[in-house]
Amino acid sequence: MTITANETDLLKVEADRLFNRKKLMSFGLPAMVLAYLTYIFFAFDIPGLAQRFEVDNARALVADSYSYKTHVTRDNRTGEISAAIEGERKGTYPDGTSPEWVTRGETETVIDLGDGHVVTFGADNFVSYAIPEYGIVTAQPSRAKGVQAVLPTDETPEWINASKNRMTITTEAGRLTITRNRTEVFRYFNGWELFFFTLDSPYSGLSVGEVMSRALGGEHAQIWQDFWTNKMWRHQDVAWAIFETILMAFLGTMGAAMVALPLAFMAAKNFSPFMVVRQVTRRFFDFFRGVDALIWTIVLSRAFGPGPLTGALAILITDTGSFGKMFSEALENVDKKQIEGIQSTGAKPIQRYRFGVIPQITPILLSQILYYLESNTRSATIIGAITGGGIGLMLTQAMITQKDWEEVTYYIVLIILMVMVMDWFSGWLRRKLIAADDSGH
Amino acid sequence: MTDQASSVLDIRADYMAQMRRKRMMDGIILVVFIALMVTGFMIADDRNAGGFWDGLHRFFDFPKEVLSEAVEKIAELPGNLWTYFPSLIETINIAAASTLLGAMLGMLLSLLSTRGMAKWPRLVPLFRRVMDIMRAMPEIVIALVLIFVMGGGPVPAMIAIAFHTAGALGKLFSEVNENASLKPIEGLQSVGASWSQRMWLGVIPQVAPNYFSYALLRFEINIRASAILGFVGAGGIGYELRNAMSWGKGQYDDAMAIFLLLFLTIVAVDQLSSVVRERLTHGKTQKVAS
Repeated sequence: MTITANETDLLKVEADRLFNRKKLMSFGLPAMVLAYLTYIFFAFDIPGLAQRFEVDNARALVADSYSYKTHVTRDNRTGEISAAIEGERKGTYPDGTSPEWVTRGETETVIDLGDGHVVTFGADNFVSYAIPEYGIVTAQPSRAKGVQAVLPTDETPEWINASKNRMTITTEAGRLTITRNRTEVFRYFNGWELFFFTLDSPYSGLSVGEVMSRALGGEHAQIWQDFWTNKMWRHQDVAWAIFETILMAFLGTMGAAMVALPLAFMAAKNFSPFMVVRQVTRRFFDFFRGVDALIWTIVLSRAFGPGPLTGALAILITDTGSFGKMFSEALENVDKKQIEGIQSTGAKPIQRYRFGVIPQITPILLSQILYYLESNTRSATIIGAITGGGIGLMLTQAMITQKDWEEVTYYIVLIILMVMVMDWFSGWLRRKLIAADDSGH
Repeated sequence: MTDQASSVLDIRADYMAQMRRKRMMDGIILVVFIALMVTGFMIADDRNAGGFWDGLHRFFDFPKEVLSEAVEKIAELPGNLWTYFPSLIETINIAAASTLLGAMLGMLLSLLSTRGMAKWPRLVPLFRRVMDIMRAMPEIVIALVLIFVMGGGPVPAMIAIAFHTAGALGKLFSEVNENASLKPIEGLQSVGASWSQRMWLGVIPQVAPNYFSYALLRFEINIRASAILGFVGAGGIGYELRNAMSWGKGQYDDAMAIFLLLFLTIVAVDQLSSVVRERLTHGKTQKVAS
């Protein structure tokens, strides 16, 4: 308790220095982060993002993800009228049938868009659209004279886009587009169209109860067949794709673990007496990890072509590096006493490893492997998008068409569910196996 | 005496029976596992465009082709490395910015989802589910959607990676938070500190080294992710790699330069982060010891 004045001074100086450093840290670090983010702000040209942002794309994407539209189209050359969901051939109503809100007469076809909006296809290509609180717009498209639109008001409202050759009316009920050759009406509905059955199936449009009662009546095989081979949503292909993705993750992870375990013994200080062997193995691990999964995927797809095997091998090679490193670290931390104990009973080297080493490292290995299994499900999705396999490929394909956003939404939901299920499953298995492992050998 | 002997025998018989059961279970698990691996391999082989055995001997053809071309044009290598250096910087910037943003968001989410620290204790399960969903989202999904909406470039990749990083780091951070002492928070609360002050002054100093270590590990992962996202159109070195690959033969020296840059970067960051993380955990044990 005899602190001299000199010593207190020293302590004070030291404390002051510490405080200054803390102050510098607490202000300097946020300032550095801010400076870096400012640099990123300009380096990534975020101010110019507003111009590049395509609002129409965003709107189409969001609207499409929860709603769909049915097209009713008249070919102005032949006078033929057809109705198709999303305008796709797969969703076309068979000849002579049409949605219930389209009434076909001898000369007139009345299309009820709801809320009082009615479009009428008259004789000789004549079109009229009755818009509540506005009036009736008529048009008489012909090949020679153009659209020939007549509006009830002199001023054209902004939701009508009219020129000589084309008129588009966009209201909240739907959309009417008239050109010389075609008259087309869109009506929007909420939900995902034809998710269970396409229009060519007899079960399309039936309620759940009706389908159930028919299934109980002995048609379940046919019902399942129609659902499973749905041309629009391709449930069968989607199920296969998800299976392929999980298969890639499983084969890659487990294969990597099996390759890495023996190599890890060669890289561990306490099991591998030769420095050269150790160093070479370690450099191999670094190389496998350093050449990223992306590059392995490219190299492998040259040799094996696109598909799940290529993805599995890419995961296998990359993770052999990661596992090798982790396993050898785990091996270096094993307790020597257990091995000596086994040795004292006269066990041979193989038995020493089996009963002295493996039980010590299994919990660590298992938890690492299962953690990677979950993480690799995500990687397999990404690799699939590059190399062409699994749900990743289906996702990119649906995106390239730039119109099937409901399918993109569906795949995204499935991917998230898949990863979450794998996460839950690997956690469950880890708890189960490691708990069972603790109970004794 | 005979009683004892028989009871010993009983115990022994029991033990042996138990061992047999255990061995059998282990054997069954092993057989099922091998069956899964073999059938899985066969299915994957079947659904692949090229077979495994056909492709195996072609495995080195492509690397050989690339390497021989690169060796031929070895004089151009420094120039090529210099050409692609800016796109490497972009890739690293994407990874760094997304790690930074993701770590900040993850920190907030983790504090909101740790019991005893949460601002709204009732919403803890909600924030946990939010993190689960963010974690489950592969980067490529968000990146592709954002590329469609805002065009190619580094920003979609940055947002996509940051989103996933926030979920992944949030979970790790909240595990760290659970081990932090609550006493500083109580102390700060007693003097009337607000929630953000309690977190910033009471929790963050305790957990910062662990946070930093995890964020560094994530940075390493994110460099790989940002290279992959470049390959699907989000800028950076991955984008250049795809272009170089699509030119095909005769331009493989470009591809080689990109391979090399990517490889060296990943190895360098890997080594650097393991050294720094080693020092972080080491420094802590020293402090505990002293």
